[in-house]
Amino acid sequence: MLCSPTTIFDPAATPARSTFELSMLVMGVTAGIFLVVGGLMLYAVIRFRYRPSDSEREPPQIYGSNQIELSWTVIPILIVVMLFLSATRVILSTQAAPKPASALDVTVIGHQFWWEYRYPKLGVITANELHVPISDPAKPTPTYLSLSSADTDHSFWVPRLAGKTDLIPNRINTMWIDPQQPGLYLGQCAQYCGTQHALMLLRVYAQSPEDFAAWIKQQQRPAAQDVSADPAVAEGQTVFMHNACINCHAIGGTVANGRFGPDLTHLASRDTIASGPIQNTPENLRKWIADPNSIKPGVLMPSMHLSDHDLDVITAYLTTLH
Amino acid sequence: MMETASTIPVSGQSESPWELPHRGIVGMACLILAESAIFLIFVVAYVYYIGKSLSGPTPAQVLELPILGTVCLLSSSITIHFAVSALRKTKMGVYKLLLATTVLLGAIFLMTTAREWYYLIHDVGLTIKTNLFGTTFYSLVGLHATHVVVGLIMLTITLALSLRGLVTKENAERLEVLSLYWHFVDGVWVVVFTVVYVLGR
Amino acid sequence: MAHAPALAVIDQTLETKRRPPLDVVYEWVTTVDHKRIGLMYIAYALIFLLIGGFEAVLMRIQLAVPNNHFVSPQVFNRLFTMHGTTMVFFMGMPILFGFANYLVPLMIGARDMAFPRLNAFSFWISAFGGLLLYFSYLGGDGLYGMGSAPDVGWFAYAPLTAKVFSPGHSTDYWTLSILLSGIGTTGTALNIMTTTICMRCKGMKLSRMPLFVWLMVVTSFLVFVAVSPLTAAQVMLTLDRYLGAHFFDTQAGGSAVLWMHFFWIFGHPEVYILVLPAFGFISEMIPVFSRKAIFGYPAMVAASVAIGFISLSVWAHHMFTVGMGPAGNTFFVFSTMVISVPTGIKIFNWLATLWGGKIIFKVPMMFSLAFLFQFLVAGLTGIMLSAAPFNWQLSASYFVIAHFHYVLVGAIVTALFGAFYYWYPKVTGRLMSETLGKWHFWLFIIGFHLTFDVMHVPGLLGMPRRIYTYEAGRGWETLNFIVGIGALFQTVGTLIFVYNMVRSYYHGEIAGNDPWDAWTLEWATPSPPPAYNFAVEPTVRSRRPLWDLKHPEDQDENYE
Repeated sequence: MLCSPTTIFDPAATPARSTFELSMLVMGVTAGIFLVVGGLMLYAVIRFRYRPSDSEREPPQIYGSNQIELSWTVIPILIVVMLFLSATRVILSTQAAPKPASALDVTVIGHQFWWEYRYPKLGVITANELHVPISDPAKPTPTYLSLSSADTDHSFWVPRLAGKTDLIPNRINTMWIDPQQPGLYLGQCAQYCGTQHALMLLRVYAQSPEDFAAWIKQQQRPAAQDVSADPAVAEGQTVFMHNACINCHAIGGTVANGRFGPDLTHLASRDTIASGPIQNTPENLRKWIADPNSIKPGVLMPSMHLSDHDLDVITAYLTTLH
Repeated sequence: MMETASTIPVSGQSESPWELPHRGIVGMACLILAESAIFLIFVVAYVYYIGKSLSGPTPAQVLELPILGTVCLLSSSITIHFAVSALRKTKMGVYKLLLATTVLLGAIFLMTTAREWYYLIHDVGLTIKTNLFGTTFYSLVGLHATHVVVGLIMLTITLALSLRGLVTKENAERLEVLSLYWHFVDGVWVVVFTVVYVLGR
Repeated sequence: MAHAPALAVIDQTLETKRRPPLDVVYEWVTTVDHKRIGLMYIAYALIFLLIGGFEAVLMRIQLAVPNNHFVSPQVFNRLFTMHGTTMVFFMGMPILFGFANYLVPLMIGARDMAFPRLNAFSFWISAFGGLLLYFSYLGGDGLYGMGSAPDVGWFAYAPLTAKVFSPGHSTDYWTLSILLSGIGTTGTALNIMTTTICMRCKGMKLSRMPLFVWLMVVTSFLVFVAVSPLTAAQVMLTLDRYLGAHFFDTQAGGSAVLWMHFFWIFGHPEVYILVLPAFGFISEMIPVFSRKAIFGYPAMVAASVAIGFISLSVWAHHMFTVGMGPAGNTFFVFSTMVISVPTGIKIFNWLATLWGGKIIFKVPMMFSLAFLFQFLVAGLTGIMLSAAPFNWQLSASYFVIAHFHYVLVGAIVTALFGAFYYWYPKVTGRLMSETLGKWHFWLFIIGFHLTFDVMHVPGLLGMPRRIYTYEAGRGWETLNFIVGIGALFQTVGTLIFVYNMVRSYYHGEIAGNDPWDAWTLEWATPSPPPAYNFAVEPTVRSRRPLWDLKHPEDQDENYE
């Protein structure tokens, strides 16, 4: 099959792996039931066909049998007990696992239609691309996600890392992931949240401890301030700060302080924009700012109807925000 | 395929007397079951949100036990019960008196509710949009009051027909069906009273 | 025979000349006859089946290739909301209650339902609900942009339905139309329950009722207990939207999860309300076409009642991902797995009925056998979904869509098709064409499997539901394309079915009273039955009164 970066059958973290193992058991049992019962159905349909050579008499009328009823009540009950215990074990190992002291805490806040990530103990606020350290099974360093929402319901689903957990306003849910191999893990919002639910994509970057530490350091810095080099960049910054952009967006170390939209302090360090569907290139960025609805119809960011010149300089400025 | 020429099995004599329940009673029982489920959801919402209002008056601050209304409403169950038996025994005078008393008691209940709401809205400033308490209180008590109004309308129509001499002993079963509804409304009030005025405060 | 049968050879309809159309319309609009009301429900539901199916085809075209632009996200979101709402409330419920309306009084030897006028009222208020829902397409901006049709999903989670996130009236159309149809459904259930308890013919003890009637009793009970919570929740939502209440207003401390609980307390029993009548159809058809009594009648009754009760306790298996703790999750895993036991018992009893029989492959039986096999698969994917950790991956994905369509289409609609072919002769006096029926069957079943077998896979590969498009490179493209092809097969099959129904009305072979050599009371009346059903109230002595008449030497009553 079915090669897919979001298959549930290629787990890369413990929660996904526990679920995978349970799923193999459950699918095995149900496949067995299917073969037995389906096989009997097929046999019955062939063996007990009405044949024209039959005499006109009706077949013997059998009204029931208590022993048979009992047997096909008891056997399913036993199967149910077995499956129930297996599922409970995984529920407990996932939801009731003790949290190691070395766990990393990340707060995830769902928005229509983007993801906000805060690392409270590290002073980092970013959006749409989640970076986590890989975890060594010998000395686990899982990432604990604290999930909530600023507006409607969302759901965090990166199949290779874990099952999904919902983000619900006025409620905090918790889940954890511990990817063991560095890499990019994909997913997307899995609870219908409005018009652009389909393109609210998830990108989780699992990095080696060193790479992760370097990324954190970069994210902790305020926005690049050296704008003198390129006049276009300087002008872009001015246009940005004097427009309504600052009402929704924040850029660390400047007057832009809005929290309705994604934090742009390190926008240029991200691979994609618009929460995943397009690559972060200057052309795409310019197109997005000019008219977000042309890329994600129904997105909440309006077109600011900027002139071509303003678009050029703002793009130049934003691409310096590493 | 055999042709049976529309032969319907019929017997000359039955095995034993074939008595099935009265359809009015069964129908009303079904309606009561469905209505109970609706009330249950409003009660669950009320209980779930106890203590969770972010602001505004709390039940303890503004609610008083509605003794008069409760006594009237629960007594009206008794009066209608005896009205039904009076009708069955063709004691028409007693029946009409008891039915009229039922209507009166129900009306008094509604008036006490109206007075309470006037106080809450005008003096305390508690409305359905004030906080979670306001939302769940008005919707639950209001839903109950609506059911009382419907019951009262039916009872009043019955009373009017009775006063014109149009109700007889043969209609006793129907009056019993209506009384079942009225008992249900009273039963709901017992629950609402307990949850809102006793537990919730 | 011990007693002379009182003849019910009733004068067939006396009227052979055309009547003015307006008179006919007036008669139907004002009818309180359960048979006519039943037929109106069915006709109404078939129209919505075609509309809902059309909405599905549009969605499949949009999803056939990645990054498609066939419809906008706004239109797509309205399509999936309307498709789900239509199929559940304006196709599934009316068609099943339509069959129940027609058949229940006939099967118990009664002349009509207990409350004929309530019956008519229930139909018309439900019908109005459907029209109101579809009027939403015309509200607001009109047809282009789909007006104010609701776009919040058929389960309308809060707070997406709050005024701030859903301005305008789209959500209100959803709420009000379902509220109205809920009143109609409750009325019909009240009628079925009362009729069954109070109007059975002499000798028809509860233990002698046809299984279809038993299943409608359990269904009616579920309606009382389950539809009301939805009504309550919708009233609460409307209070939130218009009077500033805070039931589901998370900004004021309200809970989005509370809506989910209320909705699914309705929503799960609802799917049993839809499937139990289908079980009833199958329990009538499989015995007749196997030429054997149903195996284990008492166990079937007990299992049906058990399913009814247990179904009230499983609802939060739709909420495994909302963050209930281990205790909550574990409870609902248990209750959900437990319900598989009585459900399995029913499957085994149907299988045992086939066993040792003489199976006749007429079209109703072909659909019944397809039901058996498909319902087994649907139940098994249900078991997969009941294991909460597995559910954490599968929920809100295409796997779930595949599972529930396997039940809704593979079991319920399939059983319905069988029921149509089976009872059409009773209603019209003519048989449907077997040839066209076989074309319908094969095209539909092939299409069904192409669509819904394949549809499980994108779910396993991470495709969530309710998305109007998807990126290339996820492994979903070819699968979605095949799913779309299956939809086309099913459409053609359904159109052949509709044609068959219309054509057979005029050219079908005359059926007589009992074309299938069946055993329950409806087959003792002429086809179609007269308005009063039975000239003389029947008396029964067993579960299969006509078997007793046809086999006086081997009557059922000796064995029960």
